[in-house]
Amino acid sequence: MEIVKTQPQDDLSTGQAPEAKMAQSPLAIRGLTVSYGEKPAVFSVDMTVEPGQMTAIIGPNGAGKSTLLKAALGIVAPLSGRVSVFGRSLEEQRARIAYVPQRASVDWDFPTRVIDVVLMGLYRELGLLGRIRGMHRAKALDCLERVGMGDFAARQIGQLSGGQQQRVFLARALAQGADLYLLDEPFAGVDAATEKAIISVLKSLREAGKTVVVVHHDLATVTEYFDRVFLINTRRVAEGPVAESFTEETLQAAYGGRLATSQIDKLARV
Amino acid sequence: MSGEEFVPLSLTPMLIGIFAAIACALPGNFLLLRRQALIGDAISHVVLPGIVVAFLMTGMIAAWPMMLGAAGAAIVAVVMIEAIRRLGRIEPGAAMGVVFTTMFAGGVLLLEQTDTSTVHLDVEHALYGNLESLIWLDATGWASLLDPQALRYLPSELPRMALTLLGVCLFTTLFWRALKISTFDEGFARTMGIRTNLLGLGLVITAAVAAVAAFDAVGSIIVIAMFICPPAAARMMTNRLEAQIAWSVLYAVLSAVLGYVLAGFGPLWLGGGDAVSAAGMIATVSGVILAITARFGPCRGRSGAPATA
Repeated sequence: MEIVKTQPQDDLSTGQAPEAKMAQSPLAIRGLTVSYGEKPAVFSVDMTVEPGQMTAIIGPNGAGKSTLLKAALGIVAPLSGRVSVFGRSLEEQRARIAYVPQRASVDWDFPTRVIDVVLMGLYRELGLLGRIRGMHRAKALDCLERVGMGDFAARQIGQLSGGQQQRVFLARALAQGADLYLLDEPFAGVDAATEKAIISVLKSLREAGKTVVVVHHDLATVTEYFDRVFLINTRRVAEGPVAESFTEETLQAAYGGRLATSQIDKLARV
Repeated sequence: MSGEEFVPLSLTPMLIGIFAAIACALPGNFLLLRRQALIGDAISHVVLPGIVVAFLMTGMIAAWPMMLGAAGAAIVAVVMIEAIRRLGRIEPGAAMGVVFTTMFAGGVLLLEQTDTSTVHLDVEHALYGNLESLIWLDATGWASLLDPQALRYLPSELPRMALTLLGVCLFTTLFWRALKISTFDEGFARTMGIRTNLLGLGLVITAAVAAVAAFDAVGSIIVIAMFICPPAAARMMTNRLEAQIAWSVLYAVLSAVLGYVLAGFGPLWLGGGDAVSAAGMIATVSGVILAITARFGPCRGRSGAPATA
């Protein structure tokens, strides 16, 4: 098998061909179309995630935000399109990706404890049959501490509040030790303390040079939390730094009549 | 009871019952958590066309062709259920309902169209199995367990069921971690590179093989009960999957032993005459265990997550 070498770092700032840019991006998507039925959920979308930045994927309900993420991760099969992760195929780079699914996508009555969920993040390290040792437990506990859930390790997951469950999911992603973190609606229905804990962990990841992509629904916090935005409404609407791409025009284009102009004025202070 | 009586008359049916119960309960734990527990019921229906086809092809009523036919039909059904579930995007229960009723009906039609006067398809046998008849007449006592001459005449269901149980245990152990992760969070499992479709298919095929082997030895009542009752009762006892599996094995063994003994001696103790069906009693005991744990088990509360604080 041929392995394509990533481009040297120094062309980053210079004008570069789209292909070269794709090769360096932690997550580059080209022409992605996904359909669950007759109507496409995501249509011919291009996306180029910038390394070391926090990107918000925003758009109205049913705009294909989660689907875009799931297709990029190979959870749902796209009809067409290419995905490259750090310049290589998804299969080759799985170890460098951490994923936080929507909290509501799993059954929290599942018979397992908080620490066991975090240990699931070490699957690639442990393999099918590797024994869980003290060092693995210590690592999982450390990840729980980072999200402020260290005291809950032995709890059954169904006994946690929604915000606590979300933090456990984040701890599992931390255990994966990835370079690219993809989170699906991590702030949906969580308490203020959890939101603060999550954003502080995400910022520490960015400081460590990691790339973070978040499906986000709260337009009011976009400017405060994120460096870049990706607006989607089945098709790509806009992509770029928050200051340039999170504007009245782009929001109007993505949300149409669903946002009053006064709301947009308040949000997009350019 | 002395070894002289116990070994030839009760040891083999009990062992077969225990092996069948565990072989069904183990995959049952995962099926239950995946909301696919009815697959046992589905499989016990779809084996009919398989058995008919096997008979038509070989023209004889013998264990191996019938079992192969049943297993083939079970696997076809399982693949169809998975395909309908994924392509049609409907919930697993509905997919199972569609497949097993259609295949069962097809089996009935097939049976009607062919000359069945020579085939005696015993409904009672299919339901209750024939646990009590799986005796080991060549045994004379415990010493026979070491006697190669006597061992040659063990009922063939015993090694077959033991082999099936071994296969089920192997699958569960080998894919334990992958099964656990993909049962809890399928999307996440896929991002880890776990082939969740293939694994899910492997699980139902393992369940199908266990069901067909158990079906042949002990009838469909036990199969359906053992896929659901011991795992469901075990879930009431613990909040850890590892412990749930252990409890389910314990309950499966308890149901098999207690059910067998009660069926044989219960009526006598109550002053009645004949023994009752062991398979029926084993399934009943497993249901009673489930009822007791549902009432008194420490983890039966499913309050879910408290309101977001």
